[in-house]
Amino acid sequence: MSETDAIPEFNKPGAAGEVGVAAGMSALAAGPGIRSLREVVAIILVAVVIIGGTQVLLTVFNVPPYIMPKPTEIGWALVTDFHLIAPHLGYTLVELLSGFAIGAVVGLILAAVITQFPFVEKIVTPYILLLVTTPMLALVPLLILRFGFGYTPRIIAVALAAGPMVMINAATGFRRVDRGKIALARSYGASTIQIFWKVRAPMALPMIFVGLMVGSIFGLLTAVGAEMVGGGFGLGNRLTSYSSMIQMPQFFAVVLILSILGILIYVLFFLLGKKFASWEA
Amino acid sequence: MMSAATTRAPKLQVRNATKIYNTRSGDLLAIDRCSLDVQAGEIVSIVGPSGCGKTTLLWSMSGLHGLTSGNVLLDGRAITGPNPEIGMVFQEANLLPWRNLAANINFPFEIKGTRPDRIWIDELLGRVGLEGFGGRFPRELSGGMQQRAALVRALSFKPSVLLMDEPFGALDAFTREEMNGLVEEIWLDTQTTIVLITHSIEEAIFLSDRIIVMSPRPGRVASVHEVPFARPRTLEIMSTKEVFDLTNIIKMEIVGEQQSRYRQVSGAEAPARPART
Repeated sequence: MSETDAIPEFNKPGAAGEVGVAAGMSALAAGPGIRSLREVVAIILVAVVIIGGTQVLLTVFNVPPYIMPKPTEIGWALVTDFHLIAPHLGYTLVELLSGFAIGAVVGLILAAVITQFPFVEKIVTPYILLLVTTPMLALVPLLILRFGFGYTPRIIAVALAAGPMVMINAATGFRRVDRGKIALARSYGASTIQIFWKVRAPMALPMIFVGLMVGSIFGLLTAVGAEMVGGGFGLGNRLTSYSSMIQMPQFFAVVLILSILGILIYVLFFLLGKKFASWEA
Repeated sequence: MMSAATTRAPKLQVRNATKIYNTRSGDLLAIDRCSLDVQAGEIVSIVGPSGCGKTTLLWSMSGLHGLTSGNVLLDGRAITGPNPEIGMVFQEANLLPWRNLAANINFPFEIKGTRPDRIWIDELLGRVGLEGFGGRFPRELSGGMQQRAALVRALSFKPSVLLMDEPFGALDAFTREEMNGLVEEIWLDTQTTIVLITHSIEEAIFLSDRIIVMSPRPGRVASVHEVPFARPRTLEIMSTKEVFDLTNIIKMEIVGEQQSRYRQVSGAEAPARPART
């Protein structure tokens, strides 16, 4: 009776579409859609068991909070110290949003342009791959030397981390040439620009959402990492600060906020993908 | 109608069409000096073995690609690129999966920047039994429905020539017969000139005024058969001896051409060729 084995029914949108954007194209994007109340309840139950179990174990073995705080202590710290953490959440969001916006726009434009010229694409691709695989965090000390301890080095790092991710995925999307569909548009006399906007871009959209999702999550990781390297603000800075002061409940409260932020980003792009690219089942 | 057409210049003329593809493994002669005329209001089928250049020939007629030498004339004027007078139906329905049916039918008008004739489109949709399906997406439609939608899209801007590239090859036999009936019905109404590529000799006989048999690659026009049956044609006609004989003649021509090639290669003697009509 497992729902995954059910045969998608004809004329029932959602049966296949529910699986979500670009299923199978990226592990990050291939998460299963949650369908029934039963699944939601099961997921919450697992959380309750893990959190409750941790609480019980930490209490029974009397683990001191500086080694591992109890879930209740973390929750309490989140409530009492949220006003202290909140501004730093704001700083991190500023870095993430501006860095991601720059990286995504540049990445999308580059992907769109480069895929029009196969020769240029061949030349550029190894360098993009280099940018994707190089941890941009490694550049942060250098960027700090050049730009100081403010937003600038972090935003650059985020843009450098997110941009190539967006680009490489978007380029994969733009490269998915369906000769039949392009021939169709051409048979109506479509120009290259019309073919781009009316055929290539919509066809690439599912992969673009995958790129945006992966890029934004990489951006978040890089933002927090850059904050840990230097500068006196941001959630990453709070992590180093709280751990050096052995304020472990507060430390884990920040970790929790970061996890929630990451999941919200994932859900945002998942829903966007479902809304605008659900045709690809 | 037909007698008038014969006195006029042909609607579509293919003259010595030759196409060479430059591939990595060398030049490939796809079609070699193909010539044929299609009269206005005529339905002409092109049949032939796989890879004989049928699609190449049709795409040249549509202006989707050029010829190495020779030319294609529409109403006496050379075709150099996609032409608004020509509608195309492709092997697969080729609907854009991110657009619903209404938006798919609107697609040619968006590209051309013209206004769709809603009354005509609604009439077409009604005729193919797709009224009320405008909001459906291609994946929600069956193969036959998708191909009917593609037919509506191709006819939506009232082309005077309809080129069909194995349009019903992916459909099951029953849906295919149904589609053939539909094409004839629409043709009886619109008198659109139709050139159709098919693998099915039965389909060619049911629909065509003339059938053009092409030789294996490089594609040449091997023979032309008139199909004399009165219209509208019924499925009963399809089981008569005349149809059976014509089917066999064409089949033997296609198979015979291939066999004689194999024999030539293997050095054995060529088989007796059936007489042409």
